[in-house]
Amino acid sequence: MTGNIAILGYGLSAIGPGVGIGLIFAAYINGVARQPEARGVLQGIAILGFALAEALAIFGLVLAFVFK
Amino acid sequence: MSLNVLGAISPAAAGGDGEGFHAPTPAEFYQPLIGHGDFAITRPMVVLAISVALIAWFLVATTKRAAVVPGKGQWVTEGAYNFVRNGVARDIIGSHDFLRFVPLLFSMFMLILVNNLFGVIPPIQYPTMSRIGFPIALTLLVFVIYHAVGIRKNGAWGHIKHMIPPGLPKGIYVLIIPLELLTYFVTRPLTLALRLFGNMFAGHMLLLLFITGGEYMLIHGGIGLKAAGVGSFGMAFVLTAFEALIEFLQAYIFTLLAATYIAGSLADEH
Repeated sequence: MTGNIAILGYGLSAIGPGVGIGLIFAAYINGVARQPEARGVLQGIAILGFALAEALAIFGLVLAFVFK
Repeated sequence: MSLNVLGAISPAAAGGDGEGFHAPTPAEFYQPLIGHGDFAITRPMVVLAISVALIAWFLVATTKRAAVVPGKGQWVTEGAYNFVRNGVARDIIGSHDFLRFVPLLFSMFMLILVNNLFGVIPPIQYPTMSRIGFPIALTLLVFVIYHAVGIRKNGAWGHIKHMIPPGLPKGIYVLIIPLELLTYFVTRPLTLALRLFGNMFAGHMLLLLFITGGEYMLIHGGIGLKAAGVGSFGMAFVLTAFEALIEFLQAYIFTLLAATYIAGSLADEH
């Protein structure tokens, strides 16, 4: 079997952001369920947190192609 | 990091078990139309030009004879404008000085949105932002603007001082100053460009993989593989819808983060 070990690195780097994004949206859903009128405010914050957590996975993806 | 990330990559590992199937590689994103090499007119350049013409035509056509009761086109334009103006600019930058950034944020949002959606719209089907050069250009714009705004407000030295949160003990400055400088000058622009690029690139790659893989399994596979090929095409349909969602979300996130960075440079106190 041939392949590129860097792809494994991407898989590893996706674990943390995966857990993080799950936690962010869990908190968002919780917040909206408790206080539906706060949806607009929470949405922006949730998307922002999602974007920041996702950056790590994107780094992994790009580095998997850069350091081959 | 090489700017030519995609072009420099040789074909990666081909599909492990199939003899004939070649998995799509990043090299396939380099599609020159005229010329070849460093100075070529490539497909994303043409797509970008088309998108600019399309956006300009659409926005002018739908707002030229703006009516009190909006028609369909005007309704779409007003919806998008309101979304950026109220949902992004006013909420993030604050009602005091958000208005002068609305043109920037709105044109940025429309440009990214249309270019991203071109990734799934049939005659074009090429997300411009899957070539790293385009997100870098947009990010440079944001980078220059949020520093320029901060320097105009606080002065050059004040802008630097503004990056450091006040009220910390002096000893911690050794740690916090390099970290904050790194955030402002490296991490922010890097993540802004890479996020847009990575999402568009990976999403398009995924579609490419499911569609070419499905085609290969349907045409060359045995009976079991043919069934898997049908499943692969089904996944391609589902993922296309998912991609459309991601493409909108990325345009929103890019605009949101640009507004956040500008707001950070403008903020009075931490």
